[in-house]
Amino acid sequence: MDRRTFSRNMALVGAATALSPFGIVRAQAQKLKVGVLLPRSGVQAGIGQDCHRGVEVAAGILRELGYPALEIMSGDTESNVDVARARAERLISDGAQLLVGAFDSGQTTAIAQVAEQRGVPLIINVAAAPPITEQGYKFVFRNFPTAPVILRDAFANQLEIFSMTGQAPKTCVFMHVNDTFGVAMQKGFTGVMSKFTMPYKVVDTIAYDPAARDLSVEVAKAKASGAEALIMVSRLNDAILITRELVKQRWDPLAVLSMGPGWYEDQYLKTLGKLGDGPLSFVPWYDPNKKLTKQLEAAHHKAYPDINLNTNHVYTFEALLVAADAFKRAGSTDPKALADAIRATSIKDNVSPGPGIQFDAKGQNDKLKNSAIQNRGGKLVTVAPKDAANAKPEVPMRPYSKR
Amino acid sequence: MALGLSVIFGVVRVVNFAHGEMMALAMYLTLALFTALKLDPLVSLVPVAAALFVFGYLLQLALINPFINRPEHSQFMLLVAVALILVNLQLIVFGPDAQGVRTAYSFDSFQLGPLIVDAAKVYAAAAALIVAAALFAFFRFTLLGKAIRACADNYQGALVVGLDVKRLYALTFGIGAACVGAAGAMLMAIIDVTPAIGPAYTLLAFVIVITGGLGSMMGALLGGLLIGVTEALGGVLFVPSAKSMFAFGLLVLVLLFRPQGILGRKHL
Repeated sequence: MDRRTFSRNMALVGAATALSPFGIVRAQAQKLKVGVLLPRSGVQAGIGQDCHRGVEVAAGILRELGYPALEIMSGDTESNVDVARARAERLISDGAQLLVGAFDSGQTTAIAQVAEQRGVPLIINVAAAPPITEQGYKFVFRNFPTAPVILRDAFANQLEIFSMTGQAPKTCVFMHVNDTFGVAMQKGFTGVMSKFTMPYKVVDTIAYDPAARDLSVEVAKAKASGAEALIMVSRLNDAILITRELVKQRWDPLAVLSMGPGWYEDQYLKTLGKLGDGPLSFVPWYDPNKKLTKQLEAAHHKAYPDINLNTNHVYTFEALLVAADAFKRAGSTDPKALADAIRATSIKDNVSPGPGIQFDAKGQNDKLKNSAIQNRGGKLVTVAPKDAANAKPEVPMRPYSKR
Repeated sequence: MALGLSVIFGVVRVVNFAHGEMMALAMYLTLALFTALKLDPLVSLVPVAAALFVFGYLLQLALINPFINRPEHSQFMLLVAVALILVNLQLIVFGPDAQGVRTAYSFDSFQLGPLIVDAAKVYAAAAALIVAAALFAFFRFTLLGKAIRACADNYQGALVVGLDVKRLYALTFGIGAACVGAAGAMLMAIIDVTPAIGPAYTLLAFVIVITGGLGSMMGALLGGLLIGVTEALGGVLFVPSAKSMFAFGLLVLVLLFRPQGILGRKHL
C-alpha cells in the first residue's frame, strides 16, 4: 500500500466514523459549554471567589462519577446587577449552552430574565429570593432553598437548640442588609415567625447597606434597644464589621443567630480569630454523612487545605452536577433538550441535606433542608437538626471580653 | 483624604478621580509593612505618605501635566483610567478578599459616661489633626508653600515671576497624594481593605470637599466634620440605612444656597 492509498483509506474510515449512527456517543464526546456567572470582583468578590472553588473541584469529581466533561466559561458580574445581565448576554453570544450562577438574588434575577429570553437554561447555585422561580420561567432552575424555607428551618432549628441548651433570649434585635436577599428575608421574617412559638420578641429591626464602610451607628442602635440576642441577615464584610463593633461597644449578646452568609465563612473565621467563635448560622448546608459529601470534602481539602467546605462550594458544585447529569441524559447541547432533562432530574447521590435533587413545576428544588452550624475554634460544627448534627450547641455565647 | 483632594484641585485645578483608589493603594502598603515588619499603621503613616508623595509626583509629571491645558473631560477620562488600572492591579496582586491589620488597640474603646468611643478612631483623628496642622504650616510659613499658593492664585503671574510651575504642580500633586497616603495608613487601623473600596471613598471625598468648598483646606476639614456628624445623627435619629441620604441632602442644600461650598471662594 503506498502513502496515497493509505491516506485515502484513512479518510474513508474517518468519514464512515463521522457518519455512523452512534449520534449519542458523538454528542457526548463534545463538551457542554457552561457559562458560570459569579461576583468575582466588587463588594461580593470574596464570596464569588469562594463559589468558584466549587467550580474548580467539580471537574475531577464529575469525571470520577462518569459524567461527560463540561467546558467552563467564566463571567464576572462585578457584584453589579447591570453587569450581571450584560455578562449573561455576552456568555450566550460567545456560545454558552447553559448558565450557572450567580450567588446574589438581584444579579440572579437579571440573569434569569436573559436566560428565559434567549432560551438558555440557568441553574441557580445560590440565590434565595422567592420571585425568581415564581415568574413561570421555563429555563430557570434553582437547587437552593428560598428565603421562606431558610426562615422556616431556622426557627425550627432555633427551637431545637433552645430546648437542648435550656437557654433562650427573651428579646432580639433583627439586623439585615437592604439588598434583594436581605429584604426578601425581612419580608418573610414576621410571617414565618408567627407560625412558631418563639421564646423571644423582636424589639427593633435595623436595615443597613451591605457595602457600608462603618456600622458603628447601627450596632449602637441595636445595643440601645436592650435586646438579649442579635438576629442577623448579612453578607461577609458587614458580618466582620458588626462583630468588631460588638467588641468595641462592649456588647455581649446571649447569641448571634444568623440566617444568611457571612458569619460562618472562612474569611470571617480567619479575620476574627477567637472573636469569630460562637455565632450560630441557620443556613443551607451539607449532609456530612452522605457518600458524595465525603468525596467532595476530600477533593476540596486536597485543593484548598486551609479552607472549610461550605454552602458556596456545595451548591455551586451541585449546580454543575445537575448540568452534567442533564447533559448526559439529554445527549445533546440543544438548550430545550437540556431544559427538559433538567426538569426530569432525580439525583439521589448528592451533598445537600434532604432526599436529593429534583425540581417541581416551577423549577425549584422544594425538598431541600437547612442546618444550624456553630463556629467553634475556627471550625464549623453542625448542631441541628439532631439527626444531622456532629456537636452540641453552646448557648450563651462566651462573652467577647473573656476570650 | 478630603484635604488631599482639595489641595490638588485648589492648585493644579485637576479633579482627581483616582483619589479613593490611591487611598486603597496606601492601605495595601500599610498592610504590607504590617505583615513584613509588624509596623503599626500609625507609625507606617510616615513611610506610606512618603511613598504616595513619590507616586503622586511622578503621576503628575509623567501623565497629568500633558493634560493640564486640555479640556476637562480629557482629564476626567485620564484619571478614571488611572483609577481602573489601580483597582485591577490591586485585584491581581492582593486578591479580592478583605484584609486587615490587628493592632493592640484594634478592639479597644474609651467609655465616657454613656458614650463608648472607638480607640482606633480617636488615634486616627488625632493623627489627622497633626497632618492637617503640618499642611497648614507648610503652606503658610515656608517659601515653597507660598510659591505653590502663588501658582494657585495666579497661574500667569507665577509664570511671569519665574516660578517652575510644572515642578510646583508635581510637588502639589505629591503633597495631595501624601495626604491620601496618611489617610490610608490611618484608615487601615479602623477598617479592612479590598480593591473595591476606592470608588466609595472617592465619592465621599467629593461630597466633603464640595460641601466645605473645593480648593479650601479649612473647608475640607469643616466638610468632613459636617458630613460625619450628619451621617451619624441621621442614622441614630432616623433610619441607619438611610444615613448617606442625609449627607447627600446636606450637599444638595449647599449646592442650592452656596454653590461654591461653605468656605469656598466664588470664581469670577
